[in-house]
Amino acid sequence: MIHTPMGPAAPSPRPLPSPTASPSRPARQSTGHGQDSISSWPLMDRVGYLLCWAAGLLLCALAAGIVLVMFVKGISYLRPGLLLEHPSASQSQSGSGGFLDPIEGTLLLTAIGIALAAPIGVAVAVWLSEYRRPAALAQAVESGIEMIAGAPSVVLAFFGLLIFARPSLAFLSQTSAGGAVYGRSFFAAGAMMSLLALPLVVSATREGLAQIPAHMREASYALGKTRATTIRRVLLPSIRPSIASGTTLGMGRIIGDTAIVVILLGASLHLEGAGGTPGLSTLRGTGSTLTSYVFENSPAGEGNAPEKAYAAAFVLLMMVLALNMVVTRLSSGKPRWLAGLTGPMLWRWMPWRD
Amino acid sequence: MLRHSRWQRLNLSAERRAELALGAVSVAVLAFVVAMLVTVFVKAWPSFAHNGYIKWFFPGGDVDQQIKAIVNSPPDPAHYVYHLRAWPLLWDTALTTGIAVVLGLVLSVLSAIFIVEFAPQSMKRILEPVVRLLAAVPSVIFGLIGILLVVPWINQHLISQGRKLSVSYVVQLNGAGLLVASLILMVMIVPIMVAITVNALSAVPNSWTEGSAALGVNRWRTMWRVSVRTARPAIIAGAVLATARALGEAIMLALVGGSRSFPVNLLDGRTALFEPVRPLAATIITYKDNLSVVPLSQTLYAMAAVVLVSTAALSLAAWSVKQPLKRYGIRT
Amino acid sequence: MGPPPVRRIVVEREPTVVAPPPSNGRPAPLPDAPMGAKVTERMRIENVSLAYGDRWVVRDVTLPVREGEVLALIGASGSGKTTLLRSLNRLTEVTAGATRAGRVTLDGQEISDLEVTALRRRISMVFQQPNPFPMSVFENVAYALREERRGGRDEEHRGGWRGRRRAGRKELEPAVVEALQRAGLYEEVKADLNHPALRLSGGQQQRLCIARALAANPEVLLLDEPCSALDPISTATIEQLISRLRESVAIVIVTHNLQQAFRVADHVAFMHLGELVEYGSSDQVFDNPRQQRTREYISGAFG
Repeated sequence: MIHTPMGPAAPSPRPLPSPTASPSRPARQSTGHGQDSISSWPLMDRVGYLLCWAAGLLLCALAAGIVLVMFVKGISYLRPGLLLEHPSASQSQSGSGGFLDPIEGTLLLTAIGIALAAPIGVAVAVWLSEYRRPAALAQAVESGIEMIAGAPSVVLAFFGLLIFARPSLAFLSQTSAGGAVYGRSFFAAGAMMSLLALPLVVSATREGLAQIPAHMREASYALGKTRATTIRRVLLPSIRPSIASGTTLGMGRIIGDTAIVVILLGASLHLEGAGGTPGLSTLRGTGSTLTSYVFENSPAGEGNAPEKAYAAAFVLLMMVLALNMVVTRLSSGKPRWLAGLTGPMLWRWMPWRD
Repeated sequence: MLRHSRWQRLNLSAERRAELALGAVSVAVLAFVVAMLVTVFVKAWPSFAHNGYIKWFFPGGDVDQQIKAIVNSPPDPAHYVYHLRAWPLLWDTALTTGIAVVLGLVLSVLSAIFIVEFAPQSMKRILEPVVRLLAAVPSVIFGLIGILLVVPWINQHLISQGRKLSVSYVVQLNGAGLLVASLILMVMIVPIMVAITVNALSAVPNSWTEGSAALGVNRWRTMWRVSVRTARPAIIAGAVLATARALGEAIMLALVGGSRSFPVNLLDGRTALFEPVRPLAATIITYKDNLSVVPLSQTLYAMAAVVLVSTAALSLAAWSVKQPLKRYGIRT
Repeated sequence: MGPPPVRRIVVEREPTVVAPPPSNGRPAPLPDAPMGAKVTERMRIENVSLAYGDRWVVRDVTLPVREGEVLALIGASGSGKTTLLRSLNRLTEVTAGATRAGRVTLDGQEISDLEVTALRRRISMVFQQPNPFPMSVFENVAYALREERRGGRDEEHRGGWRGRRRAGRKELEPAVVEALQRAGLYEEVKADLNHPALRLSGGQQQRLCIARALAANPEVLLLDEPCSALDPISTATIEQLISRLRESVAIVIVTHNLQQAFRVADHVAFMHLGELVEYGSSDQVFDNPRQQRTREYISGAFG
């Protein structure tokens, strides 16, 4: 006799469930997170849940609001001509020209900053991740990088002023008729800007290096390659996306910074070269960027031309958004949320994950 | 060829050379940081020294007038004017930063919980670019929107005529001030806190949240009592980083803080929310054009040094935050 | 290749062992309760099939879970025993796309009709890896208690609209101590209740997890290979603990350690590839298996 453990009232054998033909429905399908329904929670918990939604929606609304405002204002004040005209000093808003020079200034400054930050940042990151001898020095360098990441750009700008106003560095910036060194130039601003990007490049590179499995290094050593060769031939090529993402984030920081520009670049309307050599003279000269243009044309600045400020800010935001999209593409599929945004030494705060 | 042989004489392999070169770059960066700390302090010293060191930080008088006196000091170094009591600037810095960080902490923890646990997939996909965008918007754009849109709106709708009159004998209220400054500052620092908190929350081991669920604890309480609690060091570290960023924010605050240094008087009640603020960093930007005046530049360097030391101290504080983790036997 | 042939569940028991549950109150105790303990049927698993997406991992399983005895689920890896266990307190539902067919009842009530947090307080679970929370020993055990006091299954415990009546340490202490005593851990940790739980040894951690599960007084305790991460001495301690606990709580244990199943279980269910092959008292299954596959598995031919 055949029984189920339930006793005599054995149900007749039923067809086996098969994946395609659903078995004895109603089957209970779980919705993934459907462990406990919110309606069963105490009121306090439900309030918290609603607050979470509110917070998430608030963030979305803020972002949407900023983009929307800038689009509406930007498009209504932006004429194509503005992008191609040189600015001119004028009391009236209509007479103050376009912002060709600030756009050039932004591009130039970003190029200088990133050209300095990328190689230095990669070098530091490689040393910190692959060599770190002596350990105490590596720790000190790490905290140094962290300090740079935390240092406000106003302070960096002031420090830059101290460096580049030295007479021995006069060849890098403008000199007044009397021989006083101003310490203000594209080169000076670019050098300080590179410090803004440096921590981002370092952290992105280190994160990339940390994700390379040990066996890749070992495989290379097993082929008789030295560590230096391994780094150059195996490690760096395979973390190219990480380096690119860090560099792009760094460019975003440089483009968006105002304090260094207004203090170290002089924020003159035009790109004003210094000295005779073409090219080099621009580097030694002063100028402005979109950020300083917006600042000076805001009610707080000297220009006070809000429409121009809106238009320039719109162009600036477009550049930032474009860089943002690049970063999003580069970091898609990264395990970490907002990889790169979270600062240089984030992994330290989550020691339990490894 | 010559160089080659010299290296050989030093008996350095290519391997060793690479390490030395990379190390040298790193040490140069470190040296740069040390140099920055030292020179800023050397440059700032006269301002502290002439004010009797600790008294520099004390309240006393109108900072703007004191700075004006410094700007107009006679050209003779012996007669430079240094008198400054920076308390109003420090107080405003603390106030804006404090409000922004506290509000930002609440907002970021709530939205991080939302992102990690409750948001539907579609919302999750939207929120990553949203936070990235908020993090990327340059501070000058925040300032511009603040001064051209938010400040006039507050001036028209939130400040009554009576409120303006009630304090008109000390300060003009025009909308720019503590409220708008701290709110925009909060929006600027929230992204980094959200990012750190989200990563920390999602790094909490599954076995802990599952274990909590298996004990019949609902998702909200599990999040709150296990995940947030475990991630607390990371959340605090995020708040500390955000504080450092808020302390150093200059451009946006120079735009929307109101154009005078005024110690916000909390006794004014709600009116205090509309009183102008000008923190340290914003003050530096405001007087950037007078840097050629030696005593003023030394005064501004003193302010920069205070900001720099505060941010560095915050970094140190963040280091000690991870100690609780060790208490729970988690190796760091 | 079509579906595997229909397999009937063969059982050694007399047809009349389990009476259908009376409509009111708890079911009557079994007449032939083993070991003198009062054996009562608490849960029934009836024709349960479980799937993740399109993949069926448990097919048509029928089993009773009784208070006063230990039921062991044995079988090779991938036989679906852990999935079946996790479905008993609906932890499978955490996984997206998990489906269940058939009925699982607790005291005659379908578990899907119960509120899931309340259900999990009644059917508690201990996992393969000890997973104490990063809190003190005391807080770990008090964890579920604190939650129960705010909006648990008893209406009188729902403290007002906030659902919170902060239970003080004094108030919780007796229950915590009792749970630790039941788990046989109290003597070892009574001096350092405030120490971090993660500092305990692996075996102590696992017993702490059992104490944590017991603190809320569950009716059924699910153990998912609780000893597989432990050394032999800790394993022996936990097995003794299980033998003691069976008096007061229904226990289902998943194990692939056959000796362990033989030592602790009163009844054994052998599962293979998602199907229940044989169910019987542990003496019968181990000494005299009826199914060829059971015999092969027990003699070590596979698994």
